[in-house]
Amino acid sequence: MPNSTSKLALCICFLMSFFIANDAMAKVIHSERSLYRNILVEDKGDLRCLKFNVKSNKTRQSCLYKSKPEQLVFNYTKLLLTGLLVKPEPSRILIIGLGGGTMSNTLHQLLPDSFIDNVEIDQSVIKVARQYFGFLENEQIKTYSQDGRVFVKRALLKQQEYDWIILDAFNGDYIPEHLMTKEFLEEIKSLLSKNGILTANTFSSSKLYGYESATYKSVFGDFYQVTNQDYSNRIILAGKSGLGKKDHSEHETVNQSEDISKLATELLAIGVDVRKLYQKMKSTAIHQDWPDDSPILTDQFSPANLLNIDTE
Amino acid sequence: MPSSNKSINYNNLFIYLLAFTSGCSIMCIELLAGRILAPFFGSSVHIWGSIITVFMLSLSFGYLLGGKLSTHSASLNRYGIIFIIAGISLLPIVTSSTWLMESIFVAIEDSRYGSLLASTALFFIPTVILGMLSPYSVRLLVKNSNESGQVAGKLYFVSTLGSALGTIITSFYLVLWFDINTIVISVSLLLSLLGITTIAFAKANASFDKMNAQRDISHA
Repeated sequence: MPNSTSKLALCICFLMSFFIANDAMAKVIHSERSLYRNILVEDKGDLRCLKFNVKSNKTRQSCLYKSKPEQLVFNYTKLLLTGLLVKPEPSRILIIGLGGGTMSNTLHQLLPDSFIDNVEIDQSVIKVARQYFGFLENEQIKTYSQDGRVFVKRALLKQQEYDWIILDAFNGDYIPEHLMTKEFLEEIKSLLSKNGILTANTFSSSKLYGYESATYKSVFGDFYQVTNQDYSNRIILAGKSGLGKKDHSEHETVNQSEDISKLATELLAIGVDVRKLYQKMKSTAIHQDWPDDSPILTDQFSPANLLNIDTE
Repeated sequence: MPSSNKSINYNNLFIYLLAFTSGCSIMCIELLAGRILAPFFGSSVHIWGSIITVFMLSLSFGYLLGGKLSTHSASLNRYGIIFIIAGISLLPIVTSSTWLMESIFVAIEDSRYGSLLASTALFFIPTVILGMLSPYSVRLLVKNSNESGQVAGKLYFVSTLGSALGTIITSFYLVLWFDINTIVISVSLLLSLLGITTIAFAKANASFDKMNAQRDISHA
């Protein structure tokens, strides 16, 4: 059967050319095996990305455009900025999970007077962020190579407070289970200032979704969920003194305060459309998309990684 | 004496079963140790360093101590008592771990030494006692020096098999089904109950032997 053979050959040729082309496009400029994971820095044209695991497609990455480093590449980082809509001028910010440090850089650019503390467990990630992603540190921006939970507990002992805590420690492959529990969220809540807020980049699929949502609700009450159209990421936006009483998606956008409209212009400059952000915020008071009887994750019971295996 | 030979075999089987359970318990607790420490000391690599160091250290002391203890009138009865003590020594993990870790967390800033001290405080004593069981089992099983190597080999086989089972069951299923405290209490109860059974077994054996002896005397 010459016809099918030639078809096969053509197919293989096509596939090979695809791989070769792909290889030519993405160039690994740095790779190392740290204590916690494989770290890869890849260049693809103007795009530079930090990857934690090559094989898994679940892996989340941190990217920037080399020519325009101030632009936010990924949707989920944009979604995290909904925090600013609720709390326009946070003076002390805590970021748990550094990645390439792009979030810290962006926030410093938007809020040059704010103090930012970055916490990252992996010293190698910090090094890579400094070396390849222009991660900026100065008098106001500090980095701590520490476990997030330990940092939060120490900060509580020192009676520190933050106006905005960003939890972005979940890169998809391995979930730090002690950062998912009710006890941890309660510690986070105590670390927030009076009207402080938390934005957490969380899991949008698998059995974990219900457990995680129920845990956040048990600590913070109702909150906003910010999702993409394809639900690939979900940001939880919760406040110390309660948020999510009303739905922003329909109204509110019209009577923005002056603060917000100034912010909107600044955000537009880095590729974030405030009106779209508002549309993506859904309050759990109006729409709760997990079962009421979902169990809560605690320090005693937190099989997050096992729950994440079972997709619904 | 075919009947007494058979009863000895049952005896040995029971000891192997106990050794299996102790191996299982050790790894179950070691695996949970990571989760118990995480809220205070995180999940950095050095946490596992602390835990494994403490478990290895206490097992080594346990082997030494168990071997020494087995030289003075070793009996199934005493063997059972060690099991009960092991079960009881696990309970502080449930009752006192929070305040203990809290005070260590406050006292020591470096989470390496904090976790090392915390895992020593929580796991050293129970693991020493569980470690004592292996050489003690060998003492109870060995009847002549010729078979001692084979008995020790079998015992390592059984107890390490138990460890493997304890590891996989705990990490795959138990943490998905139960609270940490529930698992620790269950292990503690299991060890204590086995200890009590062992003592009852030893008593029954003794009275059986006594009866046999009396019968032998009366027959003679």
